[in-house]
Amino acid sequence: MSGHVFHPGHEELHGITVVVSGRSGRTYVGRYHEQTPKGTLLHDVAVHDPAGGQSREEFLARTLKFGVRADQKHLVLADEEIGEIRRLVEFE
Amino acid sequence: MPYPEMMVKPMREEMVDMGAKELKSVPDVDAELGDQQGTTLVFVNSVCGCAAGGARPALRAALQQGPKPDKVVTVFAGQDTEAVARARQYFADYQPSSPSMALFKDGEVVHFIHRHQIEGKAPQDVAKNLADAFRKFCAPASV
Repeated sequence: MSGHVFHPGHEELHGITVVVSGRSGRTYVGRYHEQTPKGTLLHDVAVHDPAGGQSREEFLARTLKFGVRADQKHLVLADEEIGEIRRLVEFE
Repeated sequence: MPYPEMMVKPMREEMVDMGAKELKSVPDVDAELGDQQGTTLVFVNSVCGCAAGGARPALRAALQQGPKPDKVVTVFAGQDTEAVARARQYFADYQPSSPSMALFKDGEVVHFIHRHQIEGKAPQDVAKNLADAFRKFCAPASV
């Protein structure tokens, strides 16, 4: 994945808003912070649950247009939950 | 908690140097955004790296290209908290992020750049996004 690290010493995605596709079916959009022993730490996280009625595509389209509506200030996602991590701007 | 003023002073000056008017209080914000005619860009400044490395250089570059807004104003997130909160009421449909930019035309938001569209990007990419919006919304109407 290309892109420059603007906080030297951190992982490439540090500070970048990412979309995490969860194996549970949930989707998480938040600012990637770092890998921890308990999983991946995100800040200011919006969570999409397909049981809520809104489609994932609608959720991502709304997030792209109006920004990340953070449900949780911090969230650690266990490795087992993480399917794929991509930058939010890749969905534009 | 705000950063020491000495630390953010150069970040404020960078904005003023490119022609932006700083809004540091609620009355300042209302005076500029309350009854708008024409085009206004609101730049939400920040101490973070994507403001220094992406957003501010991008705005400077975009302002040096073609058409530009009638006014450029700025509020500083984390520093002038009441002014920022007030400014965000004028673009309340958009989630708070900083840095970010809202372009208004006759009081309506016509273009918005979120932090996620700035982080990790080269300034020229963000400048193109802005300059395209300036050409679309700030160019004088052809006769």
